[in-house]
Amino acid sequence: MAVEIKMPALSPTMEEGSLTKWLVDEGADVRSGDVIAEIETDKATMEVEALDDGRIGRILVAAGSENVKVNTTIAMLLEEGESADDLATDLANDMVVATSAAVSEVPEAPESPESPESAASPVAGASGTAAVEAATTGAELEKPVAEPVASGNTAPLTVREALRDAMAEEMRGDDRVFVMGEEVAEYQGAYKVTQGLLAEFGPKRVIDTPITEQGFAGLGVGAAFGDLRPVVEFMTFNFAMQAIDQIINSAAKTLYMSGGQMGCPIVFRGPNGAASRVAAQHSQCYASWYAHCPGLKVVSPWSAADAKGLLKAAIRDPNPVIFLENEVMYGQSFEVPDDDDWVVPIGRANIVREGSDVTITAFSIMVGRALEAADKLAEQGISAEVIDLRTIRPLDIDTIVNSVKKTSRLVTCEEGFPFAGVGSEIAMQVMEQAFDWLDAPIARVTGKDVPMPYAANLEKLALPQIEDIVATVVASCEGFRGD
Amino acid sequence: MVQIITGAEMAEAAKAARKRKPGRPPKAAAGMAAVNDMPPTDELVTMYRDMLLIRRFEEKAGQLYGMGQIGGFCHLYIGQEAVVVGLQSVSKPGDTVVTSYRDHGHMLACGMEADGVMAELTGREGGYSRGKGGSMHMFSREKNFFGGHGIVGAQVPIGCGLAFSHKYREEANVCMTYLGDGAVNQGQVYESFNMAALWDLPCLFVIENNQYGMGTAVTRAAAGRSLADRGAAYGIPGKQVDGMDVLAVRTAGAEALAHCRAGKGPFILEMKTYRYRGHSMSDPAKYRTREEVDAMRKQHDPIDQLRDVLMKQDMTEAALKTIDSDVKAIVTNATEFAQTSPEPDPSELYTDILKPLTGGATSVEV
Repeated sequence: MAVEIKMPALSPTMEEGSLTKWLVDEGADVRSGDVIAEIETDKATMEVEALDDGRIGRILVAAGSENVKVNTTIAMLLEEGESADDLATDLANDMVVATSAAVSEVPEAPESPESPESAASPVAGASGTAAVEAATTGAELEKPVAEPVASGNTAPLTVREALRDAMAEEMRGDDRVFVMGEEVAEYQGAYKVTQGLLAEFGPKRVIDTPITEQGFAGLGVGAAFGDLRPVVEFMTFNFAMQAIDQIINSAAKTLYMSGGQMGCPIVFRGPNGAASRVAAQHSQCYASWYAHCPGLKVVSPWSAADAKGLLKAAIRDPNPVIFLENEVMYGQSFEVPDDDDWVVPIGRANIVREGSDVTITAFSIMVGRALEAADKLAEQGISAEVIDLRTIRPLDIDTIVNSVKKTSRLVTCEEGFPFAGVGSEIAMQVMEQAFDWLDAPIARVTGKDVPMPYAANLEKLALPQIEDIVATVVASCEGFRGD
Repeated sequence: MVQIITGAEMAEAAKAARKRKPGRPPKAAAGMAAVNDMPPTDELVTMYRDMLLIRRFEEKAGQLYGMGQIGGFCHLYIGQEAVVVGLQSVSKPGDTVVTSYRDHGHMLACGMEADGVMAELTGREGGYSRGKGGSMHMFSREKNFFGGHGIVGAQVPIGCGLAFSHKYREEANVCMTYLGDGAVNQGQVYESFNMAALWDLPCLFVIENNQYGMGTAVTRAAAGRSLADRGAAYGIPGKQVDGMDVLAVRTAGAEALAHCRAGKGPFILEMKTYRYRGHSMSDPAKYRTREEVDAMRKQHDPIDQLRDVLMKQDMTEAALKTIDSDVKAIVTNATEFAQTSPEPDPSELYTDILKPLTGGATSVEV
């Protein structure tokens, strides 16, 4: 059967073009790939290649024709054994059909015989109401498992030790788990978080990398694709910006792009946020950056117990997890359950102080400041409930909303910049879910909207302090109290 | 013992090559397969068939794109078939493959079904990624094909990670990591070379030098003498190969894979090849002449070259024709499947974003 050569689309947006030149005549033999014509759009001149071997039976659109619609048949290609005479009959039959179609549909008759498939893709209809419903939470609908019940026995541990113990325990339990990063092995960790791991697990599983964040982050992703369980340490998350393409484009998106085949069980961990006097390039909170992207889980613990339990959960999680620590917190001690297998589920916030007048949310180092602020607020007669978010994404919005329904006021705290921050997202979701319960506008306490300055006084001004939280909460409560 | 190109022809080709800067075709002499490496006829036939399948598949994909049935970006592999087919012919079960976005040929050569690849191109439920990845993002764990990556160079550290996992598990497998002549200037490629060499990773870096990174000739983008030398500073051996000659690719591939498999670390093969089509479908290809493309097609076409070898081995026209029709039928069926497979259900919008926690021994259930 003769093959129709059609006016091709050269880009997703092209609808028509000019047929400037034929490079073959009727009767010419062509091979697949031979250039047979030139077409032109407003953007480019392109060559049309034969898509099959055969003989040009008939040219249907003359050289010089303008506004030729995509998918118009421009020529007929004869296959072996066919002659142009056969074509004449076929075409005549087609003409009859085309004519009668044109007669019966006069008002919409197209100028040229277009294929019905040439219209815009029918996919557009997919964004129906059902789709919109899950817009913000999407894949996070799955409820995390319940809070673990501790045996009751605890031992004091620094956050640093808790993180190390978490890695060591998971490495003992699963030989696919390995740790890699700058200075994690021989140096024992730039911040000594991986202390002792090399001695116990050897250089095969505790690997010093060169200073090549993009390279080793990508290598970790490949190893996770290859069914290992990498824990990749960034000396600080500031340096992970070098690797963010691998984290977002390779780690976070591949499960979706593969229709569920792939998965990337990897943990990227390291200190996040401001340390002390290291200025703009080394002092930034990345929580909202990573939480922005579907396909990642983002965890940022405060206490040593949560640091240990959440890191163990992160290593076991089949998804890429961003684990944001804080350098200032590494040396702080907390009571940690001494259970054999202390795991804290990802996706659950923790009410660290109950109260009735206002809800304060915080994560990482800001939880400590929020608790101190709550003490000061109590002296002023304000009872603050403090929620440690622990996981930024999936966000435990239920815990926040339930608290707000009790207190009717919300103040969010974070060290990061205010614009499109974690607080902005919480405020929006609370407005969506608990608008009628609010007695005051939601307020944010954040880092100032400036690169981190070096000078001690300026740095202090740039970072959210306990007094800032107290002042913001007081302002939120004043004038709105029913009495 | 079959000689593919005569000495006179080689000299002529080399002369022509010197005139055709910057889009030089491969050195004809460099890659000629050693005659004593001639594989048995049935293997030659398989390679012929595999290359032809890629060619016909890609031609059809181009056609469907022209009809508006394939959207977005679509990068065709036509002209480069010998590279992936030659290498796959000497790979071992368990070897892994990762490449960038000009990936349809790699998937077919890895044994992925034409139906599923074509249906992914048309964005249908029957596609390998259930319509959610498209031309540039397809995977098959079963066939050890790990993508299909859309960011130039990003697949290179990932390939090192797959090689790392082979070494970690003490498997005698290699990850074949493909990259183009455009990607070789990306920083992460050198981060990868460094780690691969430092840790003796079984990683075969295959640089498909098709002479143009999008519209920029390799001579205008890459400094230095040859891309095969790019690992020299890390002590990674490299070799230039006539990537239009499937037998040369096969020979070089076998040698390089043996090196990696023996625990000697990575190897670089620079495949001098050529894409007949534009970078993507909407590329007018004004950066090179029609004569240059035609000369490559006429003198170096990988399928024609192998066809000549087969004819000299007393393969009949009729037998070749049968292969041709078989391949055509596969492509026709794939097209039919890709056109009739339904679009993904709207509910698919929200699947596969995160994996559920699957319980098991290591998960906490209280």
